[in-house]
Amino acid sequence: MDALAEFFRVYQTTIGVIGINALLALSIWITLYAGQLTLGNAAFMAIGAYGAALLGMRAGVPLPLGLALGALLSAALALPLGLAVFRLRGVYLAIATIGFGEVVRVVLLTLPFTGKALGLNGIPPITELWHIYLSLAVVAYMLWRIQGSTVGRALAAIREDEMAAASQGIRVRRYKLAAFVAGAAIAAWAGGLSAHLNFSIEPGDFGFTRAVQILVFAVVGGTPSVAGPIFGATLLTALPEILRPLKEYRDIFAGLILMGVIIYLPRGLVTLAELRKTRRLQEIGAADVA
Amino acid sequence: MAEQLYNAIFVGSIYALFAVGFALVFSVLDILNLAHPVVFMLGAFVALFCMSTFGLPAGFAAVIAFLATGAFGIFLDRIAFAPLRRRGAPPLSAMISSLGFAIVVIRLMELRYGPDLTSYPAGSLPQTVVQIGDARLDALRLVIIGLAIVLMGALTYFVRATQLGRDIRALAENPRAARLLGVNVDRAIASTFFISSGFGGVAGALLGFAYNAIYPQMGTPYELKAFTVMVVGGMGSLPGAVLGAYILGIGEIAALVFLPADLAELRDALAFGLLFLVLVIRPRGLLGHRVAERA
Repeated sequence: MDALAEFFRVYQTTIGVIGINALLALSIWITLYAGQLTLGNAAFMAIGAYGAALLGMRAGVPLPLGLALGALLSAALALPLGLAVFRLRGVYLAIATIGFGEVVRVVLLTLPFTGKALGLNGIPPITELWHIYLSLAVVAYMLWRIQGSTVGRALAAIREDEMAAASQGIRVRRYKLAAFVAGAAIAAWAGGLSAHLNFSIEPGDFGFTRAVQILVFAVVGGTPSVAGPIFGATLLTALPEILRPLKEYRDIFAGLILMGVIIYLPRGLVTLAELRKTRRLQEIGAADVA
Repeated sequence: MAEQLYNAIFVGSIYALFAVGFALVFSVLDILNLAHPVVFMLGAFVALFCMSTFGLPAGFAAVIAFLATGAFGIFLDRIAFAPLRRRGAPPLSAMISSLGFAIVVIRLMELRYGPDLTSYPAGSLPQTVVQIGDARLDALRLVIIGLAIVLMGALTYFVRATQLGRDIRALAENPRAARLLGVNVDRAIASTFFISSGFGGVAGALLGFAYNAIYPQMGTPYELKAFTVMVVGGMGSLPGAVLGAYILGIGEIAALVFLPADLAELRDALAFGLLFLVLVIRPRGLLGHRVAERA
């Protein structure tokens, strides 16, 4: 038991970050599951992080309320944004959401009350590990239930063939928008948790690099199931720790692993177990949903 | 004022050289090549290597940078994209694969040269200043602007009027039909990457000459600008990318001149706001002819 307690003490921060990254990976999973590549989740995370931190520091709002308000604000922004960008598909959609993300980042750099480039410092570190893992459990359970429901099947139908889905009476725009708004709220919640886990936040934490990182967690883990993004985020966040003996070469290995997974395991790491099935699907050309 | 306009045209030229390579790969293969900033950075470092180790003049070093990064582009394709293409993987996979590749190369360069700024050997770059009216213009930048325009003219000629250019356009239209019509698809793809990366590399070398400060992450800011440039001009349109690059260059300098100092950060928001607006209002951009709704 002592060894376990020691492990938790040493790796407390890493364990917290793993949970938050898993939440972020799930936030993009729901849009990916509907076949939509959006890269705005880093910006929604920023909105949640700044919202929760400012409400906590300036107005003394308790953490759960701060998280909820951040998520609400983020969802409220995602709604009109989604109405505008879901006229686009594929890379165009991705680039439009990157544009939105950069605007949010630059606005955070400019506003008088966000601390500009220095960001916010001295955020009370009140996030406990159980806050993060309770949130993760709730979100994962909800998404898992959604996946198995009519809504989940509608999202999958949109991913496979939008026209066919629409002809079956599925209201495509509405479902896409709902997935996008839900993802925005989850990302903001994760952002709020991360702001109160760390001592400080700055606009640079939520740029293009972060947006791509969130996507990579989900895709490397695998998008066919809810387990994929959680697994991907866990592995890729723990990887620098695992690769610590490699010292300065560890980023190189991380990059190589990323390429290896995307080239050799097209449906993500979770499909490692069912590799043979994947091969068969590939042969009939039915793999690759991402 | 003349100096500001001159700077705007210089910045626009670098954006254009960077973005045409990026746009070429996108228009032909539908790949967002996130390793393009790496090629840009490598061009600057190849030039540095030629100048500091062999004492070559800057112009000659830029030519070698073009050839070396072009060859590197073919290597990049073989490693990061060819296996995915054989499987018929979606464009998203190629984007992530190139990201992994970029991480590896940037890290290797940081191990070799350190993450900080490196300069070219003293006295290896011309320092001449030209006086036109009351504006003092840096002659090196003038040469770079001229070179950029010549290179883009050559690219336009190549794509429009040569057999290999026609092959590449056929490939962009429909790879399968191109192959059936006897186009050597592998050669066309290799040429696309050679030209795209060569342009990226030469842009990096020229930017390195102009600022005399290069570092392994130097390409990263240009990646996001290239998105803006492509979207404003029209995704996949090469003349559009050039036009978009100059619009962005001039817009940024204008924002710098006219915005108060404490709002200077907003000039980046301006660029991305522009990107966002164009996508929502006119998704095909200024000169794009393909329908953006196409997935």
